[in-house]
Amino acid sequence: MSTLTLAVRDSGTMLRRNLLHMRRYPSLTLMLIGVPVIILLLFVYVFGGTLGAGLGPSGDRGDYANYVTPGILLITVASAAQGTAISVAMDMTEGIIARFRTMAIFRPSVLTGHVLGSVIQTMVSIAAVTGAALLVGFRPTATPLEWLAVFGVLTMITVAVTWLSVALGLVSESVETASNLPMPLVLLPFLGSGFVPTDSMPTAVRWFADYQPFTPVMETLRGLLFGTGIGANAILAVAWCAVITVLCFLWAKALYNRSRAA
Amino acid sequence: MTRSVRSAISATGLRKSYGDKVVLDGIDLEIVEGTIFALLGPNGAGKTTTVRILSTLINADGGDARIAGHDLSRQADAVRALIGVTGQFSAVDNLLTGRENLRLMADLCHLDRAAGHRRVDHLLVQFDLVDVAGKPASTYSGGLRRRLDLAMTLVGEPRVIFLDEPTAGLDPRSRRAMWQIIRDLVAGGVTILLTTQYLEEADQLADRVAFLDHGRLIAEGTPRELKRLIPGGHVVLQFADQAGLDAAARTLTASTRDDAALTLQVPSDGGVGSLRSLLDQLDRASISVAGLAVHTPDLDDVFLTLTGQPDHERAMAR
Repeated sequence: MSTLTLAVRDSGTMLRRNLLHMRRYPSLTLMLIGVPVIILLLFVYVFGGTLGAGLGPSGDRGDYANYVTPGILLITVASAAQGTAISVAMDMTEGIIARFRTMAIFRPSVLTGHVLGSVIQTMVSIAAVTGAALLVGFRPTATPLEWLAVFGVLTMITVAVTWLSVALGLVSESVETASNLPMPLVLLPFLGSGFVPTDSMPTAVRWFADYQPFTPVMETLRGLLFGTGIGANAILAVAWCAVITVLCFLWAKALYNRSRAA
Repeated sequence: MTRSVRSAISATGLRKSYGDKVVLDGIDLEIVEGTIFALLGPNGAGKTTTVRILSTLINADGGDARIAGHDLSRQADAVRALIGVTGQFSAVDNLLTGRENLRLMADLCHLDRAAGHRRVDHLLVQFDLVDVAGKPASTYSGGLRRRLDLAMTLVGEPRVIFLDEPTAGLDPRSRRAMWQIIRDLVAGGVTILLTTQYLEEADQLADRVAFLDHGRLIAEGTPRELKRLIPGGHVVLQFADQAGLDAAARTLTASTRDDAALTLQVPSDGGVGSLRSLLDQLDRASISVAGLAVHTPDLDDVFLTLTGQPDHERAMAR
């Protein structure tokens, strides 16, 4: 069997294993949907009136629902990262991982199985959160082709963040650490253009907000959903996602192979 | 056939240290195909480290090893395709059912769908797991879990099996059931490297036994050979009446008599030759013996003699 066939087959097997875990214990998936929905409701119904007025002279709660949804979608991606890091760290404490290491299988398949599973889980959460946003006044004007691009951008950032969280799960000595390490990711949409435009921020914060990876992703999503200008954001978003994916994939692979020398 | 062809596991000079602590200090092993080899020793002797190295889980610091002719470090994947490992910590997926665990192994062994199903069904029956096949492994008892663990190891029909303390923590009944499973496996032609701290287990199962102590092999041989290494063996002769006992005691001067039980204890290595000469001696004196029992020293005596110290950890674990 060629390496590629082996890689696809074993990754598929490991994906089935992770999907079975999710189906048997749906509480984690429900939490991944619940947290962003609560933040969405909080920002639209509690802060939305005032924040909407800040968007422009005629801004209201509905405008703010449109503005905040891309940020909420990235919160969904970030909170899923926490779930991934936890399940990877938990898996590594199990004896079955040692068994996998003594089998003639595609070695990284344990990791690719986790990544594929988590990406599917995150996309399901994103669909659910988008549904909730539509219920509270999110009214995108995108064409089907633009929706397809939205799906593509969300998949890209999900893959990048998932590889990062797999590496974080592997580098953690304990499950507790694994649940804390990805926490800052949830803050990134706040420290970017997720909830308010960055030009309302003081210089130092604005500088960070403009140049961090989530901002071009959110701006690209807004452009696709509402036809606002995208500019260089699309290319920046793709570049960030590619760089994060490649670096974190290599990092995770090295971490996983490390224990053979131990 | 040459020795190297029939050798399932062959290792020379295996060494491993963690920092300053030397765990394995030059281990040589030669295990013949189709036999059970027991690595016996107290906790911390290096048994698990040996298994982890030979099963490709960790690299040795030095030395060479071959499994069925494949070099451990250069042909690790070829080795992995031949071996099965059941460690002392259970390697089952707790969130999956017994059947799903076995299915997972069938898929990872790249069996096709139909063959995978047949193999899984067969193992469920063989290991008496049919009734619990649909329950998550997290609900299994220790004995059940160990059976599932071993069944998972066997899905790929490995030729060489490593069993790291397969009966640790099992009740006596589950232990005997596990012994029978192990005997059946070897009858099917596989080679087993077994580690244990139970001397009885090595005695019951193994063709050859090696004692591991502080990372060194201090003795190796068949259980019988090892027991002969030390003095202390004797033959107990049972007599029908006092007259017989008296006559025998006069003939065999080096013996100790027990008048109440009508027995005579004669020092002996327990070998066939010395037994024959003992019986000849009695025959010539026309003394009839009602019964005879040979006591060879057990492996416990051997270990004690070889290390020169009682092992507290082992004593506690028993």
